[in-house]
Amino acid sequence: MAVTVSIPTILRTHTGGEKSVQAAGSTVLEVIEDLEAKHGGLKERLVKDEKLHRFVNVYVNDEDVRFAGGLEASVADGDNLTILPAVAGGMR
Amino acid sequence: MLQIRRDLVDAIWAHARRDHPDEACGVVAGPEPAGPPERHIPMDNAERSPTFYRFDSMEQLKVWREMDANDEVPAVIYHSHTATEAYPSRTDVSFASEPDAHYVLVSTRVPENTEFRSFRIVDGEITEEPVEIVESYMFTHTGADDVPDRAAERD
Repeated sequence: MAVTVSIPTILRTHTGGEKSVQAAGSTVLEVIEDLEAKHGGLKERLVKDEKLHRFVNVYVNDEDVRFAGGLEASVADGDNLTILPAVAGGMR
Repeated sequence: MLQIRRDLVDAIWAHARRDHPDEACGVVAGPEPAGPPERHIPMDNAERSPTFYRFDSMEQLKVWREMDANDEVPAVIYHSHTATEAYPSRTDVSFASEPDAHYVLVSTRVPENTEFRSFRIVDGEITEEPVEIVESYMFTHTGADDVPDRAAERD
């Protein structure tokens, strides 16, 4: 199952500068595993302790996967998966 | 250096003062690849907190897609500190994920404060940069079409 993955600026060092890459999988985790196989180093930027990193947003089409099963969220052929680092901070 | 129009600076201050004592946050989009900042987009602080901010994830997706469609980048990412100075905290540095953005901080700790500071945050390193507030970008480019395509060189 082919999905198009949008890569944020900060992770493009792993994709040779590409904004968008193809990957396969039927869940978010499978897509990330496939990305890791093709573009080593991406997985550790996205996954921590077998969960999606707290400050990374992953969307399947228009849905934030955090509210749709996290890494187990299902992905269908032709879907778009978007990765955006959360924009966050604080005084401490 | 960050060159930014006065009306955008005023809009950022108005947002920061309106949301005080919570932290306010937002973006000023500008044409690729490097601005100047043109379009102010105040964002919701999903945390609604005086000590922390985080863009609402759905709003962020919508705004980032809009910028993509307009060939814009987040030229400025700003937030307010409401009890401390306008300087990036350790938390700010650890989450900074746009190496090409100007990270602007304002502090509403003291009502009369007008400190408006800008930083680059790359690989955990903070570099403060001068801010020039201008009435207009008279001698600078105004649209993506006017800017030479430097993306090709950079890639």
